[in-house]
Amino acid sequence: MEALTDQEIKKLEQRANAIRVTIIEMLVAAGSGHLSGPLGMADIFTALYFRVMKHDPKNTEWPLRDRLMLSNGHIVPVRYAAMAHAGYFPIEECMTLRKFGSRLQGHPERDMLPGMETTSGPLGSGLSQSAGYAYAARMDGKTFRVFCAMSDGEQEEGNTWEAAMFAGKYRLTNLTAIMDRNNIQIDGNTEDVMPLEPMADKYRAFNWHVIEVDGHNIPQFVAACDEAKAIKEKPTLILAHTIPGKGVPTIENDYRWHGNPPGKGPTDKIPADKQKEVFLAELRTVQKNVAVGHP
Amino acid sequence: MINPEAKLAANIFDKPDMASTREGFGKGVVEAGKLDERVVVLTADLAESTQAHHFQKAFPERFVQVGVAEQNMATVAAGMANYGKLPFITSYATFSPGRNWEQIRTTICLNNVPVVVCGMHAGVSVGPDGATHQALEDIALMRALPNMIVISPCDSEEGRKATLALAKAGKPGYMRFGRDKTPIMTTAETPFEIGKANVVWKSDSPVVAIFATGHLLYQALLAARELEEIGIAVSVTNVHTIKPLDREIIHSLARGAGAVVTVEEHQIMGGLGGAIAELLAEVCPTPIEFVGVHDKFGQSGTPKELIEHYGMGVSHIVEAVKKVVSRKSA
Repeated sequence: MEALTDQEIKKLEQRANAIRVTIIEMLVAAGSGHLSGPLGMADIFTALYFRVMKHDPKNTEWPLRDRLMLSNGHIVPVRYAAMAHAGYFPIEECMTLRKFGSRLQGHPERDMLPGMETTSGPLGSGLSQSAGYAYAARMDGKTFRVFCAMSDGEQEEGNTWEAAMFAGKYRLTNLTAIMDRNNIQIDGNTEDVMPLEPMADKYRAFNWHVIEVDGHNIPQFVAACDEAKAIKEKPTLILAHTIPGKGVPTIENDYRWHGNPPGKGPTDKIPADKQKEVFLAELRTVQKNVAVGHP
Repeated sequence: MINPEAKLAANIFDKPDMASTREGFGKGVVEAGKLDERVVVLTADLAESTQAHHFQKAFPERFVQVGVAEQNMATVAAGMANYGKLPFITSYATFSPGRNWEQIRTTICLNNVPVVVCGMHAGVSVGPDGATHQALEDIALMRALPNMIVISPCDSEEGRKATLALAKAGKPGYMRFGRDKTPIMTTAETPFEIGKANVVWKSDSPVVAIFATGHLLYQALLAARELEEIGIAVSVTNVHTIKPLDREIIHSLARGAGAVVTVEEHQIMGGLGGAIAELLAEVCPTPIEFVGVHDKFGQSGTPKELIEHYGMGVSHIVEAVKKVVSRKSA
């Protein structure tokens, strides 16, 4: 794919921040759910839905579409928001998240929402579903790509490594895994809860091609997806270093915000509506800095 | 007497042919593979003892070895089914669906994709391997899952037919199979339809309805013959599909007889007996005696020793019938 122009990059960054706004609003409307992970993955999901993936929001069963499997289902607000912004459904529907009768279940369900490729939530089973999907597609000579977005915490699940072994053995070159390496999980920092490093070496040892990127650098991530496509011997892991809560400095890198919406985090004396305004103001400041070229 | 409509084998009580139910799977899955190229078979390092090796030989390009990793097998298969394949996953029932239950729940049943879980070495009749390898809880595990079809074939021929039927069903399924060679009671002509129980024995005015699943159906037939000789008339029904349960026929036979005995090589909690008790409590409260394993683990031994030790032999079924008759009149 051709390199992104500066203008395209700027548009994607603005879109990512608009998606962050939607994420904050939908979590406040829901009154529960995970905040840090979705904000941290907003740049990558924007890049996937607005640049990398072949897909058609109006034809969700298009056979040639690229498949995106979300393994860590708890960050699904970022996917719902990205899908809504991409035109799968109205952005207002995001505000039904986690409510009775909504297609936007607390954790994603394939049967509920067109375009949601698989059901997930219980950790550690997305990589093997993606590997099975990629294996089956290759049997039939299909050329679409299978992406699997997963978390770092779920690398603690044995099932993940069974899948890593499987994909390595069968050289699933049509499979690209994207790991949200944000270093936090519910009970603390990953390296305290259960040390995961050296992550890249582990996947290399399982016969994967590993590319490390800054998960907030959209052109870097897009280039990594292109590189993965060109690798013909192995599956690829894009090890994306991200900042949980990215865009809202108050909560960035604080594991206590892993599973909470505004109003319910470690500062739960602040009412949700008020905290939402604080977070959105922080986001606007960040966005302004992006626009004028601050680091 | 034997129900002629069941078209059972002519030699059923005179040196019947013997084969394990898993052998029926081995044959059926090759036939299914010939009929539908979407059929794929996965195994977790147990190709031969699950009989998946027949498929491996016939369709090497559609056979997938996942290594000793049952959780991965279930989820890889879920991905393949999500794409459009019809995967059969094979291991021992204690490991699959024992170890990978949550993966089956989330990625197969909730995802609603057509993976068929094939659990071999069900029951104590696994024999010398001992308790770790004798699945006695698998029906309960699978029966509790929405979208899941649960089948426990009575012999190898029925195992073959069940495999073909599930390949056509296009839904999540579970089949349990035994290791030991057991009598072949049914024939190619015996009817088989998912969810339709077959009456295989019916005396005039039965006073007890026996419902059996799996190879113990044969013990139930031997018991029925013995009971007839002492003047106790029973019906024996092969409940090969435990979910969806054939509510109509079970209700009607239980109501007619007024007493029930269930027979299964499984814990009495949550299996066939549990399913029938739930149904009858709702539509026709009936005294029931449960022949099965009573809240115990198995152990090493020969299949015959173990079936006797855990109370699932012919004499136990006869006693259960007598007991439930006495409860009825009490």
